[in-house]
Amino acid sequence: MSRNPYVRPISTTTWYMRNGRYKVYVLRELTSFLVMFYSFLTLYGLSALAGSAERWDAFIASQQSTAMMIFHGLALVYFLFFQTFPWFKLAPKAMPVQVGEKKLPDSYIIIGHYVAWLVVSVFILWLAGAV
Amino acid sequence: MAIAKKAIVWGLFAAGGTLTSFVFPALIAIFLLIATGNVPEGLQFEQIHGFVASWLGKACLFVVLFLSVWHAAHRLRVVAHDFGIRKDTLVANAVYSIAAIGTVLAAFYLLTIN
Repeated sequence: MSRNPYVRPISTTTWYMRNGRYKVYVLRELTSFLVMFYSFLTLYGLSALAGSAERWDAFIASQQSTAMMIFHGLALVYFLFFQTFPWFKLAPKAMPVQVGEKKLPDSYIIIGHYVAWLVVSVFILWLAGAV
Repeated sequence: MAIAKKAIVWGLFAAGGTLTSFVFPALIAIFLLIATGNVPEGLQFEQIHGFVASWLGKACLFVVLFLSVWHAAHRLRVVAHDFGIRKDTLVANAVYSIAAIGTVLAAFYLLTIN
């Protein structure tokens, strides 16, 4: 080993800006903030629900604003394109399914995920009384 | 021990990733509906209280919240590293504490609603 090994100067804070793939990776990872945010927003709602009907109604009223509308709309699109869809795309690599001698084609697993996702989404919205 | 612990953390992370991918779009859509003023009927106090009071409702909400916060915590730890924060022990303690608080709060609120 050389005494002064050459270390390429790479920024620890902006390294992902060099490459499109890295940028997409960071954009994907940022969805974890949304997961945390919506988990705690739900917990906040539960705390109101545990309180009283008045507190629940006040919680619902507090969530109605144009700013929240825009935020939720953007969050939904962002979450779909940087968490849900990439996760489904990755599924056949993470969970390859073997049937007999052959591997199930990737497209079957991906389409299966989309179908299951639609069923789950409709079920949740039905539970909430939205559909 | 190290291997056993890793398997648990990885299992929570993978389960949380799958669950959030499936559930969160609908959850965000519900908050979007609320924000627009079209509050779904199932979110009237009587209905939602009845759902959360049931054991099925409690179980669903607890599993979703528990896995989501642990999944997010694990990823936020990596995000901190990616943005140049190299104090991993401190970051890990912080994010896993947030996940632990979320888990305890979820259990507490869910058990309070009867």
